Amino acid sequence: MTAGGGTAAPVIEATGLAKSYGPVAAVGPLDVTIRSGESVALFGPNGAGKSTLLRVLATLQNPTSGRLLLFGAATSSDAASLRRRIGFLSHQTFLYEHLTGLENLLFYARLYGLPDPARVARESIRAARLEHRRDDRVGGYSRGMQQRLAIARALLHRPDLLLLDEPFTGLDHAACASLEATLEEARGAGRTCILATHDLALGLSAAGRALVLVDGRLVLDRAAGRLDPVSLQRLMSAAPVSARVTS
Amino acid sequence: MTYWRAVLLVAARDVRVEWRSREQAVTLLFFALLVLVVFNFAFDFTVIDFATLGAGVLWVAFIFSGVLAISRSFQLEREQDRIQGILLAPIDRSAFYLGKVAATVLFMAVVEAIVVPVSVVMFNFRFSGRIVLVVVALILNTVGFAAVGTLFAAMTTRTRRGELLLPLLLFPAAVPVALAAVKTTTHLVAGRPFERYAPWVALSAGYDLVFLAASVLLFDYVLED
Repeated sequence: MTAGGGTAAPVIEATGLAKSYGPVAAVGPLDVTIRSGESVALFGPNGAGKSTLLRVLATLQNPTSGRLLLFGAATSSDAASLRRRIGFLSHQTFLYEHLTGLENLLFYARLYGLPDPARVARESIRAARLEHRRDDRVGGYSRGMQQRLAIARALLHRPDLLLLDEPFTGLDHAACASLEATLEEARGAGRTCILATHDLALGLSAAGRALVLVDGRLVLDRAAGRLDPVSLQRLMSAAPVSARVTS
Repeated sequence: MTYWRAVLLVAARDVRVEWRSREQAVTLLFFALLVLVVFNFAFDFTVIDFATLGAGVLWVAFIFSGVLAISRSFQLEREQDRIQGILLAPIDRSAFYLGKVAATVLFMAVVEAIVVPVSVVMFNFRFSGRIVLVVVALILNTVGFAAVGTLFAAMTTRTRRGELLLPLLLFPAAVPVALAAVKTTTHLVAGRPFERYAPWVALSAGYDLVFLAASVLLFDYVLED
């Protein structure tokens, strides 16, 4: 029994999911089910496979083996429709430094075919607290401002599944608090969030469920409320490569 | 979002980024003009008939500036991993390909629109009043070069030595369009009748069709890891 044993519809169902780069196994094989509205923190040391797993879940990479269902559909069936329901924030911002903040959001709003993209872009930049810099080129933004704009980009189309890879990187305390509030709001709106982070305290406070990857294997799947950063760190350090899921 | 709106959106974004940065325009234009100057010094065109060498000179300038344009176009996507942002969007990925081709054709066309008149003055030749045919030949061959170049640039953009691989893959594949371009332009400069170079024009048109159609069909697979 894992922490994900709820009754809501599964958003992610992975069975024997594995991703390899040539002879190097990056992820899995792993079995995991994440249900609608769940907020999951994904922990693990560098090279554990967190980013690769998120990219596979975002349909940016195909799994080498195993089965992956998103919203009940195979990722190969209608990838474009599935991508419309996914928001992804990577280590990189995906922003164009020669375009202004507003132009960046407008470009992505149009790319997603949103109705009234100009209004959506204006509202999003306001929510990111960047309205005063909206007509400045992104190249002139600080790292924290770029990260806030990148988060606004990922949320622009109100995705049902939000995949965040180290979203707190480069954010000051106020921006971290703002992002936590945004994640809480997303959870309140019934969105499913998966958040990969090295910040154990922030991850545990922002999520209801914790998954730990070590060497691509899922070694822990537990309710976040039953963990604290110290014991989690101890568990991660002690986890053997061949460890199995414990609840 | 309709297919063609996505194509226009990608092309317009490339144009807007270029308009702001002006990194590509300056490099392409100066490179093409430098080629003309070098050839002007290398050959005495008061003795050599421009029709013999001129088309080659022009297409050396266009093809190499085209490689720069395509390379820069995908550098834009590599930085900040922006291509992933496009791949995440619910659009047909071939629309992204056609948008990149359209932007590259536009950038090359701007260079050609400046370099051709400059070469007319510099080398003192005329296209014998066949401006429409010259424009058609330039467009056909530029589209073909941009189509194949964009396809290979997309294939190599996520590899470690993408910039090295691009010309290695592109030049052999671009041989037919380069030949057709040079031959058509040579006949145009010499003022020969259309019948003499019609097969080369047909080759260019066929090359465009084949590469555009194949790329649109295959582009989804090209971008898969």
